[in-house]
Amino acid sequence: MADRIIPSPVQNPESEPFYAAAKEGKFMIRRCKDCSKPHWYPRALCPFCFGDTEWEAASGEGTIYSFSPMRRAGYTIAYVTLKEGPTMLTNILGDPDKLACGLPVKLQWTVTEDGTPVPTFAA
Amino acid sequence: MSINGRAYIVGAYEHPTRKAPDKSVAQLHAECARGALADAGLKKSDIDGYICAGDAPGMGPINMLDYMNLKVRYFDSTDVGGSSYIAHVAHAAQAIAMGKASVVLITLAGRPRSEGQATGTAARPGNPGIPDSPWETHFAPVTANVYAMVAARHMYEYGTTSEQLAWIKVAASHHAQYNEHAMLRNVVTVEDVVNSPMVSDPLHRLDCCVISDGGGALIVTSPEIARSLKRPLVKVKGAGEAPKGQLGGEVDLRYSGGAWSGPRAFAEAGVRPADIKYASIYDSFTITVLQQIEDMGFCERGRGGAFVSDGNLISGVGKLPFNTDGGGLCNNHPANRGGITKVIEAVRQLRGEAHPKVQVPNCDLALAHGTGGLIGSRHGSATLILERE
Repeated sequence: MADRIIPSPVQNPESEPFYAAAKEGKFMIRRCKDCSKPHWYPRALCPFCFGDTEWEAASGEGTIYSFSPMRRAGYTIAYVTLKEGPTMLTNILGDPDKLACGLPVKLQWTVTEDGTPVPTFAA
Repeated sequence: MSINGRAYIVGAYEHPTRKAPDKSVAQLHAECARGALADAGLKKSDIDGYICAGDAPGMGPINMLDYMNLKVRYFDSTDVGGSSYIAHVAHAAQAIAMGKASVVLITLAGRPRSEGQATGTAARPGNPGIPDSPWETHFAPVTANVYAMVAARHMYEYGTTSEQLAWIKVAASHHAQYNEHAMLRNVVTVEDVVNSPMVSDPLHRLDCCVISDGGGALIVTSPEIARSLKRPLVKVKGAGEAPKGQLGGEVDLRYSGGAWSGPRAFAEAGVRPADIKYASIYDSFTITVLQQIEDMGFCERGRGGAFVSDGNLISGVGKLPFNTDGGGLCNNHPANRGGITKVIEAVRQLRGEAHPKVQVPNCDLALAHGTGGLIGSRHGSATLILERE
């Protein structure tokens, strides 16, 4: 299955710091300064308590929570549960026949059309 | 305070068209409105409330109200995708109970088939104003693959199989054979479903609903007006609604918002799942039905696969007759939104006006439930319990 070309992400003020860090190879998530919980997708206000949040570096390690290959379109949509806790929507690269729920995966940046890397994963 | 017994559905109309390249969307809405009024035995001038959702062209209810030239004292345009119209019945009942309206019209219409939409598989454009878009749109979550992830997780957690999911389509096709307006009237087998082309693993083409033009309309009114009309009395007994999303990253695909909206509706109605004689359950995909059956409490969580198997959803055969019009899987899915047709078929069943081959005997209590948006990411959920009086 040939991997689909991933378009560049649209941006807004809450996402720009993430993608700026991504260009330096850093994978960041946000954690609440009040309740200490990490979340995804990143927000300025904690989705659990409305506290202020801050960026922190994440490991890029996780496991597949669920996935679905669209073989004709050439990509696999997935939810990956990060070692830090939150589950994120992403694409898994490579042969979908080797994937399974619970399988460990690692971050593998995919550089998009305008040079912005997006966080994809591979087994 | 409750809406139980405070409002009745007296008009229900499903547009017979499944392909309407020669009609405008506004025209389809108005034709549905006229049909529902005729069904109720009411006049256009009786309408004093109007509710629509995002399929209505223009700004909220404004452009359609002007097109139909309706002078109402109550309007609402809550848009929770395909579940909107189920929530709208509850909102209409609330307005009627509060004296804000007495005859509320609800319409849905659209032409995705004529417009050539690839509803389930086309990637959507990014929109920086939608908060999740900078994090997701480029990964191409489309309707089919987001629902497929729910199916994949259900299979992983509970051992559910493609063959079990296929039974849902088989049951729908058994019903659709009697519906002269249904898009797909051929009875299919489990083998037909699992051998149809894979769209988004593990969902096959026959696990997906149809793409059709069309529409529907409902009239909700007060007990006094309902009793003055000649139609069988279909009472709004209970309703619930709930949103569900990714829960801040605590994603859990084992249940939908139906797990919250369903119990709210049952509590208001004062009945239990075992009391329900007929269920309309939004069937965007087979997995949607399986999960909602668990969420509504018709079976234990994780047991949906066994529950839907062996014809248990087929009227006259199984314990829970569902979508006796053929549903979205076989009949129609106007505007890519299946909520209103779910209410319409429930009304037919309660009136005893379903096709004789699928009519549930002594059908006095029915449920209509829907989800709108994507059950695998973020969606609205609405449940309605109706009673024949």
